[in-house]
Amino acid sequence: MSEAAVKEAKKYTAKDFQSGQDVRWCPGCGDYSILAQTQRVFPDLGIEKKDIVWVSGIGCSSRFPYYMDTYGLHGIHGRAAVIASGLKMARPELSVWVATGDGDLLSIGGNHFIHVCRRNVDIKILLFNNQIYGLTKGQYSPTSEFGKITKSTPWGSIDYPFNPVALALGAECTFVARSLDRNAKHLQSMIKAAAEHTGTAFIEIYQNCNVFNDGAFFHLTEKGQKEENVVFLEHGKPLVFGANSDKGIKLDGFTPKVVNIENGEFSKNDLLVHDENKNDDVLAYILSSMTYDPNLPTPIGIFKKANKPTYDAEMNKQIQKAIEKRGEGDLDKLLHKGETWVVK
Amino acid sequence: MDNTTPTPEKKTETLNEVVIHFAGDSGDGMQLTGTQFTTSSAIAGNDLNTFPDFPAEIRAPAGTTYGVSGFQIHFGSRKIHTPGDTCDVLVAMNPAALRVNLKHLRDRGIIIANNQGFTPKNLKLAGYEKNPLEDGSLNNYQLHGVDISKLTANALEDLNLGSKIVDRCKNFFALGLMFWMYNRPIEPTLEWIKSKFKDKPELIEANTRALKAGLHYGDITEIFTTRYEIQPAKLKPGTYRNITGNAAMALGFVAASRKSGLELYLGAYPITPASDVLHELSQYKNFKVKTFQAEDEIGAITAAIGASYGGSLGITATSGPGMALKMEAVGLAVMIELPLVIADIQRGGPSTGLPTKTEQADLFQAIYGRNSEAPLCVLAAATPSDCFQMAFEASRIAIKYMTPVILLSDGYIANGAEPWLLPNADELKPIEAKFHTDPENFMPYARDEKTLARPWVIPGTPDMAHRVGGLEKEDKTGDISYDPENHQKMVNYRAEKIERIADDIPDAVVDGDKEGDLLIIGWGSTYGAITSAVERSRKKGKSVSYVHLRYINPFPKNLGEILYNFKKILVPELNKGQLLNVLRAKYLVPAIGYNKVQGLPFKAAELETKIDELLRG
Repeated sequence: MSEAAVKEAKKYTAKDFQSGQDVRWCPGCGDYSILAQTQRVFPDLGIEKKDIVWVSGIGCSSRFPYYMDTYGLHGIHGRAAVIASGLKMARPELSVWVATGDGDLLSIGGNHFIHVCRRNVDIKILLFNNQIYGLTKGQYSPTSEFGKITKSTPWGSIDYPFNPVALALGAECTFVARSLDRNAKHLQSMIKAAAEHTGTAFIEIYQNCNVFNDGAFFHLTEKGQKEENVVFLEHGKPLVFGANSDKGIKLDGFTPKVVNIENGEFSKNDLLVHDENKNDDVLAYILSSMTYDPNLPTPIGIFKKANKPTYDAEMNKQIQKAIEKRGEGDLDKLLHKGETWVVK
Repeated sequence: MDNTTPTPEKKTETLNEVVIHFAGDSGDGMQLTGTQFTTSSAIAGNDLNTFPDFPAEIRAPAGTTYGVSGFQIHFGSRKIHTPGDTCDVLVAMNPAALRVNLKHLRDRGIIIANNQGFTPKNLKLAGYEKNPLEDGSLNNYQLHGVDISKLTANALEDLNLGSKIVDRCKNFFALGLMFWMYNRPIEPTLEWIKSKFKDKPELIEANTRALKAGLHYGDITEIFTTRYEIQPAKLKPGTYRNITGNAAMALGFVAASRKSGLELYLGAYPITPASDVLHELSQYKNFKVKTFQAEDEIGAITAAIGASYGGSLGITATSGPGMALKMEAVGLAVMIELPLVIADIQRGGPSTGLPTKTEQADLFQAIYGRNSEAPLCVLAAATPSDCFQMAFEASRIAIKYMTPVILLSDGYIANGAEPWLLPNADELKPIEAKFHTDPENFMPYARDEKTLARPWVIPGTPDMAHRVGGLEKEDKTGDISYDPENHQKMVNYRAEKIERIADDIPDAVVDGDKEGDLLIIGWGSTYGAITSAVERSRKKGKSVSYVHLRYINPFPKNLGEILYNFKKILVPELNKGQLLNVLRAKYLVPAIGYNKVQGLPFKAAELETKIDELLRG
């Protein structure tokens, strides 16, 4: 983008990203906050509105593109990540975003998700994880906890849930983060960091479905509970948490443990220091493994940020190389390639 | 070989056409032998048609019947439409090749068998209790057992090559012998050997010697008393190349990309027999062709939709099972009205079916295979080279009408080859592809008066940000709408848009009288066999007319009129009567079907018999 264009783009306000369509999520839905934080952050990205595209699949979250005044494609169930991939390959200069849910991305779209991560296509994926199927009115999802009682599991679910962050790490996604719908500032900073990353950026956003799964994340979002249950990952900083910042995470071998840093036994110096740029994924995996452990706080923040050439850039590089090597394609020559003969 | 024996007198006979079938183990190089013979015949000026017949298994155990790889070439001094119902010559490198293909050899046909291939072990593997070359069971044929392996080894004796390498040259001995028998030029093959093995002089020498040894063997041996001559065919002047359907299709897409100025984007997942479209297109990066091997069939088509949304010419190529997986996404393309070409290279089904065998049974799937009312344009290529034209045409219609188009081909024409009179790139008509950029009164679902196409606005266009998706659209604005009247209107629009394509395609052409007792309607790859059958019937003085359909949805506008002028209508198809059903439903004509689902193309002879029967009755 030219400098003038950047300046132009900076004049946007949150309102410029409101499409004017009636927002039809249930009142009180966590999606409203995700939409609001996105609209707040986008004016600061330095990207022209015309170059932004939101792609989605099916589900409550997938209505998102209709509410953003950018280009948008509301696709079919589970396919947003690969529709977005095709678009990004065709038009690498665009800023391509995916809004998706736990059913859309991890169940019907699970295959596309792991492959987009592996390829490192330069798209940004916002997973609205509410651990439930909302639009179909309340069945358990691939992130619902074991034993969950829903309409389709009256005796309790016997599925073990995915840990989306671990899944993304396993698929070698180059930017992996987690945030909370009810923590506006943190969510904004994560969206911004994802936008600044070159490569597949994945943010798992814990989102409250106040109709079918109300309070699923209250232990992480509500005053009086969140302090003891959330540990924020900050690059270069020790993992401290607790209402009085009196606890921290210490590594015992590869196992993260909660230690008290107030009673004199341990100090901040003993704690695990977060390094989001670590080349191997070992630290990120250890942190992701804390997710469902009832004895450990849930990590929120950037787990991993790595640089790797993107699929779309590599694809276009090959094309440039081919043109340099063979010259721009000549259709007549192509048709006449190989063994030909002339009939007079 | 006794070199002192004087060369026996040889006579030359002239033939109008010949069918040769080369058959051997997968590792015997029969495909190569066949393509070399093809090139040589093309250069000799014959018209021709070829078909490879290879096993589904990649490396089936040697000597087994299911490991037999074959290549059939039909060449002549007249127009050749098919690879031939039966063959005149069967080159069998082992007993399995003989057993599998003998049923295709005509009475008194020639068998050239490699004596060394008929070992006790191979005979047993092929299920022969006695050696058929010796037990008199082949008396009905002109049997020539030739020491192909042994003579090849003799010719290469002083080169000190490993026995495996020597054995691999035996196909060139057989080729040389066929070159002698049919008076073919050997120079193209010599050239090919030189360029293929340019870094391996010993292989150039070995293969050249094997080829020449075969050629000389024909000359000096007493076994063969006759050589044959096939005069050049009267072909349209111009430059030709031999081409398979899949290669032609890939070129058609590249041409459409060039002529429309749109970048070509192929999303594909490997599937037999469509993978060659992906292989071909992935070579054309300097034409800015982007090929994406997706994680699955659905990913392949949806990525192509994403690319089309971004302003590329989105393409996907697959076969039956892949089509089934893609259909929800095809519905999305119908709904968001973007250009997209879906090539279905049909194969035997249902389910995995017969992956390497041909069938035309995806027609219903193409026309009807989506949820709800989701009409789209369906085209079908008739011959290998026609795949070029129809790929170009499918792209043109997709772009002009902002619609997905399904292009049907099948394993028979995808892998089969024929000489292709090369079009001049300048003569191909430009395809108008314009992106709408004027924000004044812009509405995403406003329609062109004539075509009913909606405007194509691609991301990156200033002041025109809008949303499209699979939910029903409000007329003109494209906003989500659940209004009953609006839904009716949009369903009607989408149907009418496809119907209007009929104004933009050529009329159906009747080959033969415009009215009469019998009309044959064909579509897709049966063109060659039907044409041959019709020609043969006419030679016998029968009146039979023929319409071949390349446009199936919508049909050419004059089709109804044509149908009503005949007493009987015959629809031969490699399915249980799918086009037949569509024709009957649309035109209320008592057409009858001739149907075969054996994974094999029609034989001209069986169609000829059916024609005779209908004209008699």
